[in-house]
Amino acid sequence: MCLAIPGKIVELVPASESLAVVDVVGVRRRVDLGLLENDKPGVGDWVLIHVGFAMSKISEQDAMDQMKTLAMLGETDAALQEVRGYGLEDEKEIRSEERDKARAAGA
Amino acid sequence: MRFVDEFRNPELIRRSAEEVRRLADPTRYYRLMEVCGGHTHAIYRFGLKDILPSNIELIHGPGCPVCVLPMGRIDDGLSIAADHDVMFTAFGDMMRVPGAHGSPLEHKARGMDVRIVYSPTDAIKLAKANPDKHVMFFAIGFETTAPSTALVLQRVRREGLKNFSVFCNHVTIIPAIRAILDSPDMRIDGFIGPGHVSTVIGCRPYEWIAKNEKKPIVVSGFEPLDLLQSIVMLLRQLGAGEAKVENQYKRVVPWEGNTAALRAMAEVFELRPYFEWRGLGFISQSALRLREQYAEWDAERRFAIPGIRVTDPKAAQCGEVLKGVLRPAQCKLFGNECTPEHPIGALMVSSEGSCAAYYNYEHRKAALVTTLGATA
Repeated sequence: MCLAIPGKIVELVPASESLAVVDVVGVRRRVDLGLLENDKPGVGDWVLIHVGFAMSKISEQDAMDQMKTLAMLGETDAALQEVRGYGLEDEKEIRSEERDKARAAGA
Repeated sequence: MRFVDEFRNPELIRRSAEEVRRLADPTRYYRLMEVCGGHTHAIYRFGLKDILPSNIELIHGPGCPVCVLPMGRIDDGLSIAADHDVMFTAFGDMMRVPGAHGSPLEHKARGMDVRIVYSPTDAIKLAKANPDKHVMFFAIGFETTAPSTALVLQRVRREGLKNFSVFCNHVTIIPAIRAILDSPDMRIDGFIGPGHVSTVIGCRPYEWIAKNEKKPIVVSGFEPLDLLQSIVMLLRQLGAGEAKVENQYKRVVPWEGNTAALRAMAEVFELRPYFEWRGLGFISQSALRLREQYAEWDAERRFAIPGIRVTDPKAAQCGEVLKGVLRPAQCKLFGNECTPEHPIGALMVSSEGSCAAYYNYEHRKAALVTTLGATA
């Protein structure tokens, strides 16, 4: 809640107001970019996340440092648990969307 | 030393620690306060205070929103859920925090509909998925979480969602610092400013501390190197008789903060005339409530609130610890009656509270010392 979690934007969710899929050390979840309206990040950008909202854009190096800080604080598991928790059932949705895309690409 | 090998730039850490020793005037005593639970956690985890000269004391201020929330607010929130058949949603941090009649988790075990959410948007999802049920979000946190609650409320209002409300416990850090500075029994020389709160509010709100109170403040990152560099910056200012706001965490904290987040907060929230902080008592204009145009989604307006007040046991000396008058272990209850398993005082409630951090990490002490060489 108080310590930010760094993530990389891997996809902007089309037809949504401000959702993006971020990758946090391999865990992919949707986060809200609605609080970065002044400086909208794009795919490939790194952000710091609090309670499911990207709160600031940061460099890749700072993202790595922050991940390391969380590890040093023994907070990695708690952070990943939080990220996994975002969006309740979204994981299934994201997985099936990815599958659909892969199918479409293969077809 | 495994611990230190993991740190970024051990050589720079060593040099910063030397710089701290060089700058600390042996004829002075320095009391530096951090007001961020993450910093408190980091300071203990890294054993930072053990590599500082003995005349530098780090005081752990009211940086943990879970700790400073009065127990009565939890009871009020739970009583809404119980009396009106409301789904109680909150962040995981809140779930084990005891109210007078048990924690949210214990209420869940007794049959209350209590759900953990990791984001306020998930509370909205629950409301949409359960249209016949009212969903209340028990909002908590400083400025790292308040903008998200604000944005969610703006959307809810736009969509006209009916079965959702917020029980708002958001607090704001600046008035708490002011209350500590106004307190007659404390003497703080400088502040380590919060890291992630400042990504939202920026550095400007701290300017009065420097200008009016003549106290230096350095916004800091969370790594040992960040914290040591911030202490160096504070000592330099104190040595030169200066009081400025400086930003050690420039790589993440913009001076102006996140203006979109501040705008959302200003549109949705207004300051309460006063709010109670556990351990510090009532502080004027220190917390947020929903503005009139959001009354429909304000659980406090929508439901009758019992306004439960639970006084902390007199023997718990949280206030003195928060103000730096006492160290955690000097409290009469510390480690005996009051432990992280059975918290009595506010600061033992969450792992980021200074007493819990002290209790959990004291045995790790000297992690840095072994490598960096003992000090003073």
